[in-house]
Amino acid sequence: MVGVGGQGIILVSDILAEGLLLSGYDVKMSELHGLAQRGGSVTTQITFGDKIHSPVIGTAEADLLVAFEKLEAIRYLRYLKPDGILIANDYEIFPLPVLIGAERYPDQVAESLRRSVKNAVIFSAFRIAEQLAEPRAQNIVLLGAVIKVLGLEKMDWSPIIKRFIPAGLYDLNIRALQEGIDCPGFKETLWDSRL
Amino acid sequence: MKTEEETRRLMTGNEAIARGAFEAGCVVATSYPGTPGTEILENLATYPEVYCEWSSNEKVALEVACGASAVGSRALSAMKVVGLNVAMDPLMTFSYLGATGGLVIVVADDPGCSSSQTEQDNRLIAPFAKIPLFEPSDSQECKDYVKQAFELSEQYGIPVLLRITTRISHTKGVVILGQRMEFPPKAYVKTGNYLSTPALARKNHARLEEKLLQLEEYSNRCPQNSIEWNGGEIGVVTSGISYQHAKDVFEDGVSYLKLGLTHPPPRELIREFAAKVKNIYVIEENEPYLENQLKLLGIACIGKERLPKLYELSPEIIRNAFLSAAENKTYHVDIKAPERPPVLCPGCPHRTIFYAVSRYKDVVAANDIGCYTLGMMPPLNVTDTLICMGAGISAGIGIEKSFRKSGQKKKVFGFIGDSTFFHSGITGLIDAVWNKSSIAICILDNGTTAMTGHQAHPGTGKTITGENAPLLDIEKIVKAAGVKDENVRVVDAYNLREVEEAVKAAHDAEEVFVIIARQPCPLLKEVRKKRGNAVYQVQQDKCVHCKMCLGLGCPAIVLKEKEVSINREMCNACGLCWQVCKFDAIVRVGD
Repeated sequence: MVGVGGQGIILVSDILAEGLLLSGYDVKMSELHGLAQRGGSVTTQITFGDKIHSPVIGTAEADLLVAFEKLEAIRYLRYLKPDGILIANDYEIFPLPVLIGAERYPDQVAESLRRSVKNAVIFSAFRIAEQLAEPRAQNIVLLGAVIKVLGLEKMDWSPIIKRFIPAGLYDLNIRALQEGIDCPGFKETLWDSRL
Repeated sequence: MKTEEETRRLMTGNEAIARGAFEAGCVVATSYPGTPGTEILENLATYPEVYCEWSSNEKVALEVACGASAVGSRALSAMKVVGLNVAMDPLMTFSYLGATGGLVIVVADDPGCSSSQTEQDNRLIAPFAKIPLFEPSDSQECKDYVKQAFELSEQYGIPVLLRITTRISHTKGVVILGQRMEFPPKAYVKTGNYLSTPALARKNHARLEEKLLQLEEYSNRCPQNSIEWNGGEIGVVTSGISYQHAKDVFEDGVSYLKLGLTHPPPRELIREFAAKVKNIYVIEENEPYLENQLKLLGIACIGKERLPKLYELSPEIIRNAFLSAAENKTYHVDIKAPERPPVLCPGCPHRTIFYAVSRYKDVVAANDIGCYTLGMMPPLNVTDTLICMGAGISAGIGIEKSFRKSGQKKKVFGFIGDSTFFHSGITGLIDAVWNKSSIAICILDNGTTAMTGHQAHPGTGKTITGENAPLLDIEKIVKAAGVKDENVRVVDAYNLREVEEAVKAAHDAEEVFVIIARQPCPLLKEVRKKRGNAVYQVQQDKCVHCKMCLGLGCPAIVLKEKEVSINREMCNACGLCWQVCKFDAIVRVGD
């Protein structure tokens, strides 16, 4: 999973890793964040299977790439396998060179991704979360989409959500998760057909 | 008895180390926050059985742990890669004096420099300090090795180094929990064994060499060093995370000598392994530490001629180095993504003073380690040197003295944060006063150790567990160090005019001048609660596109299709943009 510091990528990765463990897999979840608390590039890598050794995923090795910000999808696209799945949030956070006017935020990012990647699911998790009156819940909407794509939507995620999310935000996040799971445009068997 | 299911947890290496120390009966644990090792003490502090403290710096942290070990308690001190540099003084002496209660020093290295100023491979410290070195390769081993490190430390009377890397620290894996071992308290008996006089040092050095010989015997037969036999064609010698990468690449197609205790090196075991395999690959990150051991034994092997010394290893790099480089077909999009370097957060109180100082073209600035490091980034661009903790003041003294000797008319500013000031800024400040420097020192006090994720420090009035503690007042310390009352300004970091006036006074001063700029970090929960409902907005009809607000480099202020706007999700209503706008185009919304 890739995105920008402050988007809640590590939280979502933690929740997914716990769910995969409960599903009976060996799991490793590795995170890399830079200096800044907010605004820098953040990546996590989740590997699961019967027995996991290295937590590090290399070029063209990822089955699934989840981009919380669409520019980050471009930046890390090389990690995706040719038949891998891309889930990208159609959402912009300007990086520093764009903020100071040294560079432009590229046009047509979502369109290019759709054109190039065979299995691409690109939608605005931001807009869905905004309709729930909490734009910050877009990370949990994306988690819902990931769960759907991995075919893990029948599992009860609520105890894990309860562990990781403050009590006051629990109901909202359960709704955000369901919105992500129900998000239209997914082919039911995207994950299995790829294997 | 609990079932395995109930005791199985996903833990990062840092969490697992904390758990291991708890289970090993650790009594005293110390640290100074630093990525990637910060969470070790944060987690250990959740066990009330262990006394934990954020110490003022790593040297102090290790000394506190040494004291506890000297009187018989199990003690742990954790630090980041460069933190060990700060703690070298007690480390070197205490290896001579030896541990009574087990003493484990955890160092979290950072191959790839994701958040550190060096990529130093601290495994090399173990032979230099003459202490045993453990290298766990996953979270479960982190827990197990910490416990073994305590045992070994007590058994041989020697401090033990446990070295992890970012990938171990920040990777979650499955860990099986165990019970805590409790030891009855030992009554202290005065022995004179901890008086590091030259006479005792000479004796202790000889004893230490004997201990290392005994430890090498242990290293040859310990369970942490083992052979995984898969035939004699290729043998891989490896340790730490590199073992996991190698397993991914070669699976069960090669034999492994997996080393978990790499100092003293198990020379007999290495020879035995080498005799059984035709070709040896040494797979390790950064320095050829294991490889040099093999070469000293006259064993031919392939290592750094194929693997890089720089940055992190990965299965991909190992595969390309030792197997045929597979052509990895992947997707390509014809768009170049602009870089996303770290930036000062929206609403960061440090922004104001950097903005004010950036207006002066004759300023040379020494900066320090912390969020304010990012004052170096455009459009602020205020930083000429960034060396290490504390050098934001002391390097500034050298710059200023040098300019004075060479007759260059420049004004030197030094920047340092509150936690860093307590860590190693105070000694620099004393030096500045004593040696009659004219440096303008800006102490950016955001009430927390922010960059590592909000840890307490001596100026927060709280301990690591959130208990109330005496609050050390930076202003009083500055004045007690000899800075004249009229040369100290405490300002509201969000009040641009106040900050600008203080910067002007500091710029004009010919003696040490100190500005303490105060505002809590906006990411702190209390501040978020207070300001969470307010934002600033641009009134498009009043905006003349002068771009003054863009000069602040705030990530929330966005220029798109010639229209300036403020991102609602990011803005936390610091109001700095409202102050720089000369056309009243920016307004506050909400309360």
